[in-house]
Amino acid sequence: MADLTTDFIGIKSPNPFWLASAPPTDKEYNVRRAFEAGWGGVVWKTLGEAGPPIVNVSGPRYGAIWGADRRLLGLNNIELITDRSLEINLEEIKRVKQDYPDRAIVVSLMVPVEEDAWARILDAVSTTGADGVELNFGCPHGMAERGMGSAVGQVPDYVEQIAGWVKKHSDMPCIVKLTPNIADIRMPAEAAKRGGADAVSLINTITSITSVNLDEMCPEPMIDGMGTHGGYCGPAVKPIAMNMVAQIARSPKTAGLPISGIGGITTWRDAAEFMALGAGNVQVCTAAMTYGFHIVQEMISGLSQWMDEKGYVSTADFIGKATPKVTDWQHLNLDYVTKAEIDLDLCIKCGRCYAACEDTSHQAIEMGPGRVFTVKDDECVACNLCVNVCPVEDCITMRVLEPGEVDLRTGMTIPAKDDKRTWLQHPNNPAGDPLACISRGQ
Amino acid sequence: MTHSPTTPGVVAGRLPPPVLADNFADLHPPLDAHEAAVAADRCYFCYDAPCMEACPTTIDIPLFIRQIATGTPEAAARTILDMNILGGMCARVCPTETLCEEACVRMDAEGDPVQIGRLQRFATDTLMEKGPQPYERAAPTGKTVAVVGAGPAGLACAHRLAMHGHDVKLYDARPKPGGLNEYGIASYKTVEDFAAREVEWLMGIGGIELTTGAALGNTLSLDGLVKDHDAVFLGIGLAGVNDLGIDGAGLEGVRDAVDFIADLRQSDDLSKLPVGRRVVVIGGGMTAIDAAVQAKLLGAEEVTLVYRRGREAMPASEYEQNLAAAKGVRIIDHAAPKRIVGAAQVEAVEFDYTDDDAKPTGDGFTLAADQVLKAIGQKLGDAASLKTEGGKIAITETGRTSVAGVWAGGDCATGGEDLTVTAVAHGRDAAEDIHASLMGS
Ligand SMILES: Cc1cc2nc3c(=O)[nH]c(=O)nc-3n(C[C@H](O)[C@H](O)[C@H](O)COP(=O)(O)OP(=O)(O)OC[C@H]3O[C@@H](n4cnc5c(N)ncnc54)[C@H](O)[C@@H]3O)c2cc1C
Ligand SMILES: Cc1cc2nc3c(=O)[nH]c(=O)nc-3n(C[C@H](O)[C@H](O)[C@H](O)COP(=O)(O)O)c2cc1C
Ligand code: SF4
Ligand code: SF4
Ligand code: SF4
Repeated sequence: MADLTTDFIGIKSPNPFWLASAPPTDKEYNVRRAFEAGWGGVVWKTLGEAGPPIVNVSGPRYGAIWGADRRLLGLNNIELITDRSLEINLEEIKRVKQDYPDRAIVVSLMVPVEEDAWARILDAVSTTGADGVELNFGCPHGMAERGMGSAVGQVPDYVEQIAGWVKKHSDMPCIVKLTPNIADIRMPAEAAKRGGADAVSLINTITSITSVNLDEMCPEPMIDGMGTHGGYCGPAVKPIAMNMVAQIARSPKTAGLPISGIGGITTWRDAAEFMALGAGNVQVCTAAMTYGFHIVQEMISGLSQWMDEKGYVSTADFIGKATPKVTDWQHLNLDYVTKAEIDLDLCIKCGRCYAACEDTSHQAIEMGPGRVFTVKDDECVACNLCVNVCPVEDCITMRVLEPGEVDLRTGMTIPAKDDKRTWLQHPNNPAGDPLACISRGQ
Repeated sequence: MTHSPTTPGVVAGRLPPPVLADNFADLHPPLDAHEAAVAADRCYFCYDAPCMEACPTTIDIPLFIRQIATGTPEAAARTILDMNILGGMCARVCPTETLCEEACVRMDAEGDPVQIGRLQRFATDTLMEKGPQPYERAAPTGKTVAVVGAGPAGLACAHRLAMHGHDVKLYDARPKPGGLNEYGIASYKTVEDFAAREVEWLMGIGGIELTTGAALGNTLSLDGLVKDHDAVFLGIGLAGVNDLGIDGAGLEGVRDAVDFIADLRQSDDLSKLPVGRRVVVIGGGMTAIDAAVQAKLLGAEEVTLVYRRGREAMPASEYEQNLAAAKGVRIIDHAAPKRIVGAAQVEAVEFDYTDDDAKPTGDGFTLAADQVLKAIGQKLGDAASLKTEGGKIAITETGRTSVAGVWAGGDCATGGEDLTVTAVAHGRDAAEDIHASLMGS
């Protein structure tokens, strides 16, 4: 049986599944339920300064987009950090940690860009027995207007400076939570590292407007006839988050910096993918908000089964295993040729592949009598669109052409495995190698 | 006086009114908005969709389902009605299991088609509840067309002609319009007087003048119609019934299933409608199934449907056969009636077992019966001087008959199955051809 325990920057948890800082972790009641359900750890809902509590809107704070059968694909929120008093939160954290010493509790923090403010809150948190802190530099709405959250995360100098203050005033492990609302995610990650942070976590939510009410002519959620952008999360953001994780994992300047992966993680497989790209553990918010805490049992059993099947004994065996395979376009092998192939036994004759290829791609699918769909190898550029639109899984697959075979579209003979051309050698590249095409029969 | 299923003879009131009401409720209740959204989500928006090709009126099914899925069922209804003005009725009565839904690629994928018929009903019901039929008439052409028969074929033809600006004189022999929609289709497929409501809605386009009680061959003659109008369309259905041609067919208690059904459809109090204790239905088509099922639902103790060939040869679909079985109808195949016995009132029917060619095998059996319903097929009434083919008025693809200026369609004419939707397609296409020929293009 696979061992799911993880050690993330010295913080141990029985499994890599943590709840992200958000409503699921906003109070003792929820966190106890989460731990009972099996979550390995939580990042407590972001705490702010002592004083009058934060005020949230009392109208709707979420918007959403849905897929088939109203499956929630993306959630958008305009909630601020915790609106409960600092003292109560701290007492609750302390109590829960005492009762669940084997689970990870990290406390998320957001205070103004003043050294004193950070020193004060760190002092307060240190009394709770929490395992670490996460600096919320990501919240893109509301708090950002007050110079916090993503307003900090978008300025690498602030990130570095505050991380430095935190390390100076506390010896707790420190995670910097990054905002994706930035041109190059590596910049704040590098800044966090320079400031001495132990890890980064990403992504926080993406600025978004999810819908417009066409009767009221107003973005939703509507608050008394007005709307504002919110932060987007859920399955829809996973691809964006994974790319950002991979960029940090493979950048020489941040390589080795521990990453807590967040963004759209809904199943064990999503978690495994983030971890393969370099995340040491994962955090989940929307999936828990959609289905409740019990989903963690599927994540645990799924990850264990997969690890057993693959022979991975501990999570460390596969964390970052896909990172070296992430590269730049210019290093891709341009002599690698595949062709779409339709399994006529599985085909249900819907014609979607045909419509897609005929109308919008390369006219490489033929519709024969009796709705028999076949690929024309001399036209197929292997774009994969048909595979993506086919409603039957594995009905269309990509066949890899073997060395010596001829690509009927270009006339090129597939070269031996080690004799590959990337853009860097390609004759069409003004800076490439003009002789590299001769062996391909072109 | 109350009766029960076991009361001997042909009597009314075998079941209490609440049970009857329940028995004759909507067979497939309408989808609500959520159910429709879930059902619509399953459509793949197929290219050159096979379902569409399987629909005799070629409704753009993927488009209308997508319109439902995107929250515009009224637009979906327009897509349906553009091709099939009786889309509301067809949604209820089409044997979708042998038409669009049989062709749905989801059958191949998981043996469970998109619920096209029920989605069609959702869309058309939504539009019809909101108001009048949505089409406008073109500028008057000054032409007048006679349409004989106000069944699905005649109605579809009349509506399309009116839309193109022609004046339509619609004649029907019966007291009410609608044809078999009004007098034939099983009650539980078209509840709450839908047939009549749909005709009224359709007539809302204007320019259609209906005369009931006017029969071709009686008050009307084909020659006269041709003389008085710019064109004539015949949608007269199948007014005759086939004879059993055996002894005892004239006994009390033996009648045509279509008449039994017409009485049932016209009854405003089912507890007053008499039905036998032991009912024997002879035939294997939709009429036989409908008569048998409805006799059972009225409270007959025992209903037996006897068909002279194998199950697979039955014109009624497997779905219809299963429906009958589920309602408690016993189906006997490979048997043909030899003689109906009784003094004045029918008492029993003697049957021969038959082979696959419906030839007697020499062996047989007798079924006790106090009511016998004959459903061995309808046939064309008087076709005047028109050329026929296989017992139907011969028509071209656009409905032209052998006589210039006369078009025909629906059950009375060749081409396609005898179905409501086929009749609508014929009527529509003939109207287009009439329009084209009248406008000289
Ligand atoms: C019992 C039964 C159940 C059925 N169930 C279904 C079903 O579930 N689904 C389905 O798709 N189809 C069903 N059908 C078939 C369907 O009803 C017919 O195919 C369809 O009604 C044909 O339409 P039509 O307009 O050609 O003829 P009809 O509907 O028969 O209409 C013909 C009209 O012409 C009138 N007429 C006849 N002769 C004359 C005359 N000489 N002069 C003036 N008017 C005349 C009649 O009064 C009638 O109103 C069923 C048929 C029967 C009998
Ligand atoms: C309602 C809501 C409130 C959130 N509040 C916080 C917060 O206070 N602090 C924080 O760091 N992230 C907050 N987040 C962001 C989540 O922690 C997480 O980064 C984001 O939702 C992406 O993960 P997911 O796709 O699993 O939801 C919030 C998200 C939601 C939906
Ligand atoms: S891979 Fe692209 S080009 Fe080839 S058949 Fe599929 S859609 Fe067409
Ligand atoms: S999309 Fe898939 S199932 Fe549909 S026709 Fe193409 S190969 Fe067949
Ligand atoms: S065949 Fe089925 S899935 Fe395809 S368009 Fe028609 S209803 Fe939709």
